[in-house]
Amino acid sequence: MGAVGQFFQSIPIDLLIIQTVNGIVTGMILALVASGLTLIFGIMDVVNFAHGELFMLGAYMGVIAFAATGNFWLALALSALIIGIFGAALQIVTLRPLIGRDPLNTILATFGVSLILQNYALWQFGPVARKISEPISAEFTLFYLQYPWYRIAIAALSGAIIGSLYLFLKFSKFGVWIRATTQDRVMAQAMGIPVPLVYTGVFALGAAMAAASGVLFAPFGGVDYSMGLQWVLEAFIVVVVGGMGNLGGSIVAAIFISLLEAYAAVWLDPSQAVIVSFVVLILTLLFRPTGLFATPK
Amino acid sequence: MTAAPLDKPMNLDKAHLSHTAVFWTGFCAVMAALIAAPLVLPVFWSGFLTEILIWGLLAMSSDLLIGYTGMVSFGHSAFFGLGMYGAAAALIIVKPANLWLAILFGLGGAAGAALFVAYFSTRLRDIYFAITTLIFSQIFYVIIFTWTAVTGGENGLIFDRPHFTIPFIVNVSFNSRTMHWFVLAVVTGSYLILRRVTQSPFGMVLQSIRENEARTRAIGYPVERYKIVSVMLSGLFAGLAGVLYAVQKEFAAPDFVYFLTSGEAVIYNVLGGIGTLIGPIVGAGFFQLMRQLLSEWFGDQFPYLIPLGIIFVAMIIFLPQGLLGFARRWLNR
Amino acid sequence: MTAAAVSADPLVRVEDVHTYYGKSHILHGVSLEVGAGEVVGLLGRNGVGKSTTLKTIMGLVQPSRGSVQLAGAPITGLPPHKLARLGISYVPEDRRIFRLLTVMENLRTGFDRHGVTEEKRKALLDKVFTYFPVLAERRGQAGGTLSGGEQQMLAIARAMMLEPRIVLLDEPTEGLMPRMVSQIRQIIDVLHSEGIAILLVEQNVPLTLQASQRVYIMEKGSVRHHCAASAIDVNDAVIKQYLGV
Repeated sequence: MGAVGQFFQSIPIDLLIIQTVNGIVTGMILALVASGLTLIFGIMDVVNFAHGELFMLGAYMGVIAFAATGNFWLALALSALIIGIFGAALQIVTLRPLIGRDPLNTILATFGVSLILQNYALWQFGPVARKISEPISAEFTLFYLQYPWYRIAIAALSGAIIGSLYLFLKFSKFGVWIRATTQDRVMAQAMGIPVPLVYTGVFALGAAMAAASGVLFAPFGGVDYSMGLQWVLEAFIVVVVGGMGNLGGSIVAAIFISLLEAYAAVWLDPSQAVIVSFVVLILTLLFRPTGLFATPK
Repeated sequence: MTAAPLDKPMNLDKAHLSHTAVFWTGFCAVMAALIAAPLVLPVFWSGFLTEILIWGLLAMSSDLLIGYTGMVSFGHSAFFGLGMYGAAAALIIVKPANLWLAILFGLGGAAGAALFVAYFSTRLRDIYFAITTLIFSQIFYVIIFTWTAVTGGENGLIFDRPHFTIPFIVNVSFNSRTMHWFVLAVVTGSYLILRRVTQSPFGMVLQSIRENEARTRAIGYPVERYKIVSVMLSGLFAGLAGVLYAVQKEFAAPDFVYFLTSGEAVIYNVLGGIGTLIGPIVGAGFFQLMRQLLSEWFGDQFPYLIPLGIIFVAMIIFLPQGLLGFARRWLNR
Repeated sequence: MTAAAVSADPLVRVEDVHTYYGKSHILHGVSLEVGAGEVVGLLGRNGVGKSTTLKTIMGLVQPSRGSVQLAGAPITGLPPHKLARLGISYVPEDRRIFRLLTVMENLRTGFDRHGVTEEKRKALLDKVFTYFPVLAERRGQAGGTLSGGEQQMLAIARAMMLEPRIVLLDEPTEGLMPRMVSQIRQIIDVLHSEGIAILLVEQNVPLTLQASQRVYIMEKGSVRHHCAASAIDVNDAVIKQYLGV
């Protein structure tokens, strides 16, 4: 009892609360990235390796748009729009020819695209990280820290975007098309739903969401060509843990994993804290491979 | 059926004989060229060729999984990396540095990783398996990268190249020529072994698993066992490539454990042609050669992965069978 | 057995179609026609290619040879979603309604089209709810919670939302209670009275003969017999030959 009691006494409560807030903020961004990924997988059976690069390009686009317009929110919207269109073009050129083929092909193709985009960014923008300044520089006091309001804003905005996605899927015409196509691609076509267009649209949507996450994250962590790699790996873990194609599951999983990592960072080196997500993944694959939070159909 | 049946067996034999003859003639010709290479080429290009052989071995091991068993794995960086670090461990800990011990340690390390991956290969399909192997590579990467005390962390490990020793017979140090021949011998031996494996009944079952796993299982084959053996074999040869790399370059670095190395192996597979064993070596050669040429023509900073990446994606769309894919049937007879 | 006269340009013409599933040669030169507003039956044992014929017309499978025409214009090779917009509706075997979508959303996939005004939409819904009051009751429920018969009604109602010129019905009475079979008969009559053509694939011979004007009988991937429905009855030698056990 003594050792355990000491352990619990040694945990600084204020640090835990700070990490909880940090975990939720990171979790919301991760949720936004992961929802695009799981949407694309759920509907098109495509594992989009290039998703992290869409995130990264979105951040760079945000930097450029911000430099041009001086307005962060405008830059956010522009970046999402441009990368969304780029995503559509990407899908049409590289993924549409592969429809109907072994899914192995799309994994390889998106992997190839991710390499191209990463190196393009390195070539075009150089290895030095860029920064955007936060649109909201006000801070509030959280225990002994001056905590930036901006981080709370990111979490709220991510939540809002995901919420809009949910409403869109539930109520809009395109949303019904998407859900019908996911359930029965053949009958969706027989009902006149232009499935190839739905696929392109979904990919564009996923790309736009990834880009938005990138811009939101940019003031937080800086923009460089390799930022996509780290996020895509975590996003994949989130998608598998949450259940592939399960939007709600991936959001819960994103926050869950981010919180665990944030707590682990109290004791471990941040570069090691990522092992937590690996452990969660392995446990999920061992005991509930369809996803920890997957709702039984 | 009314044609003289006596003709038939003889014709088949003739075709088989001529195929075998052509194959081995070609094989000998290529071998002769590769053996002569260090005598003819400048040192840089000879070493370049040696490296291509090593990457080729890695890609070949990956082909066993992708091309013959139908399992896409991004885990080969782990096997390669552990082979590399295993060899490094032997060469650093045990003095005098022993080549065979390095190979043993390296294969042991790779086998450990392979066991881990093999377990999951039986419980996960396709995409889940691919993502999981990718993450395993990353797990090993993080461990190697952060456990600086043991693995040298970011900076890796440096050591000396061991001598080539056969007890009581020979003890010579390698120069770049003999190193090349040694690598060539190992890679050629591996190719012949893998070729034997893929053409054996075991290999036939693997291919049947790739074609239709459910049906293979329904027929009664213990698919899980075959997959495990396939992963282990693949891991061992990938580890062997890692050992060769360590011995040739005299260092071990965590970069090679990053999943991108597996990605490159897969690129060689696709470029050269999956399911051909030789194709991946050709793919490795093509890739490295293009990369070298591009950096010579356009300078070191040129992002060679952009045009190569575009070629890769274009090949997946338009030429999925790869450069040697047209010869796939022929090579596997 | 005289074939009933067919107009020069039938609504749907299938001409010498050969279709393969992988290496299996399923359709060996199928030819048939459906005139505008006609109810045409397609009979035959299991596995002779009746469903495949419907799927070929709907563009869900591509024929390797032969052609399909809609009102004289070639439609072979067009994707199914274009054909649905051109006026061909498909009601497959086992209905295949969208189980996780509500009844209303299922219907919506049909009327959410270019050119459907608010009024048209109301009119379509009113019509369908009049014919199938049970669907109106369950409009907010998920499709998967409906009974077999209700799902069949939803499948047909959904097809009607496309305002089709022809409906391809694949075994609508399969798995339904006898009571529901007469309901299906009524629905076919209703569609017919609206001027919609129907190509009816069925195992239920009496129903098919009663509801159709002409019938085709298939065996082993091609059409073997063709006549007016009134010219034969259940006990006919032809029926025994191609459909007998």
